[in-house]
Amino acid sequence: MTQYRVLPGPEHFLPPSAASMGIKLPNPGEGHIHGVIVPEEQAMEEAARQFLMARVPTIFPGPLVLWAWNEKAAKKATAVRHLYETIKECVAPQQKPMLIPMPDYRPKYPKINPEVEINPNHPNLTIWHNKIDCCMFVGVHCHQANLSLKIIRGGTNCFTIAMCAQAGHEDAMLSFRDATPEKIMRLAEWVRKLKGSVKPPEVVSKKEKSAG
Amino acid sequence: MSKERIKIAPEFFDIMPPEYQDLVTKATYGNEQRGWKDIGTSKELIEEHSLCAGCPESMAFRYILASLPNPEDTVMVGSTGCTSLVFPHVAIHNIHSLFGNQNAVASGLKRALMVRFPGRVKDVVVLAGDGATVDIGLDMTMQAWFRQEKFTTICFDNELYANTGGQESGLMQKGFVAKMAPVGKGFEKVRLPEIAREAGCHYIVNCTVSKPSLIEKVVKNAIYVARELGPTYLQLYTPCILEIGKNSMEGLQEMRDAEKPTERFAYKEYISEPAKQLLAEMAAKDKEKKAAAKQLASQGA
Ligand SMILES: Cc1ncc(C[n+]2csc(CCOP(=O)(O)OP(=O)(O)O)c2C)c(N)n1
Ligand code: SF4
Ligand SMILES: [Mg+2]
Repeated sequence: MTQYRVLPGPEHFLPPSAASMGIKLPNPGEGHIHGVIVPEEQAMEEAARQFLMARVPTIFPGPLVLWAWNEKAAKKATAVRHLYETIKECVAPQQKPMLIPMPDYRPKYPKINPEVEINPNHPNLTIWHNKIDCCMFVGVHCHQANLSLKIIRGGTNCFTIAMCAQAGHEDAMLSFRDATPEKIMRLAEWVRKLKGSVKPPEVVSKKEKSAG
Repeated sequence: MSKERIKIAPEFFDIMPPEYQDLVTKATYGNEQRGWKDIGTSKELIEEHSLCAGCPESMAFRYILASLPNPEDTVMVGSTGCTSLVFPHVAIHNIHSLFGNQNAVASGLKRALMVRFPGRVKDVVVLAGDGATVDIGLDMTMQAWFRQEKFTTICFDNELYANTGGQESGLMQKGFVAKMAPVGKGFEKVRLPEIAREAGCHYIVNCTVSKPSLIEKVVKNAIYVARELGPTYLQLYTPCILEIGKNSMEGLQEMRDAEKPTERFAYKEYISEPAKQLLAEMAAKDKEKKAAAKQLASQGA
């Protein structure tokens, strides 16, 4: 078994794809944490914990859920928004949950406004700008998610979660597979369940803040 | 055609960047009457552009995008060059192909779309520079015409390779000296409109983009004819103001000068007999429709 672990970066300029380092995808009913296969419920608990521990827990909905192109997408959109609202309700005042869309995949140079959107070709800009330390991808086509997750691992220290509708992502630090609206709702339940039992991040003093 | 396919999930409308909100509420997708006059009153399908300030290619892009009759069911195929840097800002499906391959890619795409969506009109429009169309891509350009592929080819003719700093192109004028072509062009501008006619294009126009109404007319005609009959070709003068040493404000005048009757971009068109017939039938139907609408309105009044 590989010793490689998918950990928050910055790993280096061109991080290897986790698959090339021997990381395998989970089977149905499983997820992975740092590349280690775990039962899905364990991945749920850990994802909820990561959201509750982060200073800026963020969800990045992609085109497959942002656009109401079929009934299932519309249901997923409702579930994702519900997850975001739940995180907002469950975090401490010093935490700042965000919901930032990835409307499409066009390489938007020089247009990208990292305050309002994320683009898979330079996701690090949005993460750096908003100081995001935990994020979840949902509704992003797999090839774009892989590209983006690798860039994030290469250049930031953000913890990445993939709520994947297909077979999961090796390049995320935590990945689900076969995402459904129900699964997303269950993650929201986990966030609510762990509320109060996870230590929120320290309050940043003004001095620390200005030091960046 | 409708906006049904570009609805934002209501849960996310508030977080979408404003330009996407505008696209779904104020763009002219689904409007059969769309045209250049919508510019300024509706959301355009081009967001920003990455061209030099005042580059006539930006005007050309705006007029063409405003004139496409069926934007939600149109796929544009681009090629490397100044135009390709604009496509990421365009709200129409588009494919960036390897330099010169655009007409080969468009051929496969159009055929695949006809098989995949037999009941739906899907337009394919190639938009590439003169270097891509006439030099490196000439083989692919002409072979698509020989095969009677049903799509429109638009060439932004700035008479040189602009994006790589000014090399000689087949469409450059004889004797022209560019930054990276210091000895001057040794032969005449390639007569691509004539070649297009001989290669089987049904509708061909050579003009500048100084008049938006004209661009609307020729773009629509070229697309309608391509849908029904076969290849169509537009060669549009979009001078590279950077290479010819003009200021941002001078592009329009340069085009007006180049379209005078004896100049190389004087309006020129070739229309095949079947295309003439098709356009005449369409015009007659349009007239009938308008007359019926007028009558209806007067009855209602
Ligand atoms: C296969 C290939 N050959 C060469 C190039 C280099 N190249 C990039 S842009 C360009 C010139 C483009 O000229 P044109 O098609 O006239 O477009 P313009 O920039 O003038 O609008 C060339 C040669 C390339 N990108 N790919
Ligand atoms: S280099 Fe020339 S063609 Fe290209 S954007 Fe600038 S002015 Fe336009
Ligand atoms: Mg050119």
